[in-house]
Amino acid sequence: MIRIENLSKSFFDENNTVKALKNINLQINKGEIFGIIGLSGAGKSTLIRCLNRLEEPTEGSIYIQGEDITKFDKNRLRDLRKDIGMIFQHFNLFSQKTVYKNIAFPLELEGLPRDQIEKRVDTLLEYVELKDKKYSYPSQLSGGQKQRIAIARALANNPKILLSDEGTSALDPKTTKSILELLRSTRDRFGITIVLITHQMEVIKDICDRVAIMEDGEIIEVNTVEELFKHPKTKTAYEFISRVKSDITEEIIEPNSFKGTVIRLGYSGENAKMPVVSRMIKEFDIEANILSGDINRLLKTSVGHLILELQGKDEEIQKAIKFLIDNNVKVEVM
Amino acid sequence: MAELIIPALLETIYMVFFSTVFSLVLGFPLGVLLVITEKNGIWEKKQLNRILNGIINVLRSFPFIILMILLFPLSRLIVGKTIGTTAAIVPLAIAAAPFVARVIESSLKEIDKGVIESSLAMGCTVSQIIFKVLIPESLPSLILGITTTIINLIGYSAMAGAIGGGGLGDVAIRYGLYRFQTDVMVIAVAVIIVLVQGIQFIGNILSNNINRK
Ligand SMILES: Nc1ncnc2c1ncn2[C@@H]1O[C@H](COP(=O)(O)OP(=O)(O)O)[C@@H](O)[C@H]1O
Ligand SMILES: [Mg+2]
Repeated sequence: MIRIENLSKSFFDENNTVKALKNINLQINKGEIFGIIGLSGAGKSTLIRCLNRLEEPTEGSIYIQGEDITKFDKNRLRDLRKDIGMIFQHFNLFSQKTVYKNIAFPLELEGLPRDQIEKRVDTLLEYVELKDKKYSYPSQLSGGQKQRIAIARALANNPKILLSDEGTSALDPKTTKSILELLRSTRDRFGITIVLITHQMEVIKDICDRVAIMEDGEIIEVNTVEELFKHPKTKTAYEFISRVKSDITEEIIEPNSFKGTVIRLGYSGENAKMPVVSRMIKEFDIEANILSGDINRLLKTSVGHLILELQGKDEEIQKAIKFLIDNNVKVEVM
Repeated sequence: MAELIIPALLETIYMVFFSTVFSLVLGFPLGVLLVITEKNGIWEKKQLNRILNGIINVLRSFPFIILMILLFPLSRLIVGKTIGTTAAIVPLAIAAAPFVARVIESSLKEIDKGVIESSLAMGCTVSQIIFKVLIPESLPSLILGITTTIINLIGYSAMAGAIGGGGLGDVAIRYGLYRFQTDVMVIAVAVIIVLVQGIQFIGNILSNNINRK
């Protein structure tokens, strides 16, 4: 469906050059939800924007359905763009147009007759479950609703590819899930190919089939999501997944299901290396049961957390917690 | 008194109305051009942008009254005379055009870059973006900008009165300054103030009422 060959992109400022993409090679299959993850500044946006040439590549080729789109002239490029829907982090709806007019916009560009436009918009509104917002304005919608409208607008012309540039990054976790669900069902129903970029591993985990990891303008790993979680090939990949894994364990721990007091200790920097917990266990008459924990190396400091269940007399537990706090450990009773 | 003020008021309205229309005809496209030709604009033309900016800056740095005097001969060419309200419209419109261009430019620049980007991603042409995105999306701000233009032109037209343009400014100067009829001057100025306030009020209401943001 999409084949990227030796793609490079540099930005030239007055006196310096930023190599945003360095010799990217990538193949994305039809009907696949393909994720691109990387830290901020890795070049993800630049890469996805090359796919509809919002960004002009400096070098290389991009084949979409067998044709090199970097060679397209203005007219062919416009036709290509009508075949590729795109959604953005900040939705980018027209603030002065109603929901109806927003979704009708790409259809009006096509010069479709009014009744046909109206029918299509109604179908799309039904699909994104916002029929009752037809005559609302974007300012009257929540973030999740805005993104649903943006998705409806992006799907108006029945595109073959949908691009998402951090489409869920401005949304809370629950709304993110529902938008991802909508994207998945869009792929399932219409067989559309989805390319999404994100800095959140949860997004990759939730809906992607395959994933590319970007760092510093390069793709350092391409993997299926399953393999990535089982056997990450690169350190960056490992760091991304370990962050999600610890979030998952925390979700599972239900403090009320334990007899003792469940506390969450947060470390950072030097105290991550000190045996504070073992000293606490020795000094106080309590039992500590480790429920989960991890330490991540981020640049030069360590950050991590540990979830413990403390059993014993209340006053001993209180003293132990105070001891931890006195030793600069962040303590949160769960 | 009324027989002095009312015809002068009508003259002012006549001058301001037509000079607003013509300054928009000249300045609006200029403002649009400034926005689309700038760096990373939808029709990037750096050289053209530099030239337009240069011309507008030069014209705007002229003291208005000098520009008017320089432009009056042009009135003879276009409307056949250099004195009177109709003759004043030509220099008023031209003098205000660079101001209008800047006002339009700053309104259009308020639009979120992402909105323009998503329009491009939907396959819009440059002209579709101008007419279906830039102008409708900035309409509330454009209305405020045009209101400011009208108010400016009321001020300019009063000055034009001093060099034979007619209108309220002319009355204020002729009666108030040269014949010491302070009451005429006070009333003429009061009418100008009411006019300005009224137009600002209407502009604000219009802009607020259509704004959906
Ligand atoms: N228009 C631009 N001009 C100059 N540098 C840019 C431009 N867009 C992006 N960059 C640079 O390219 C690099 C990659 O940016 P981007 O693709 O936005 O990263 P990401 O989306 O992964 O956060 C960054 O160093 C950024 O500063
Ligand atoms: Mg980005």
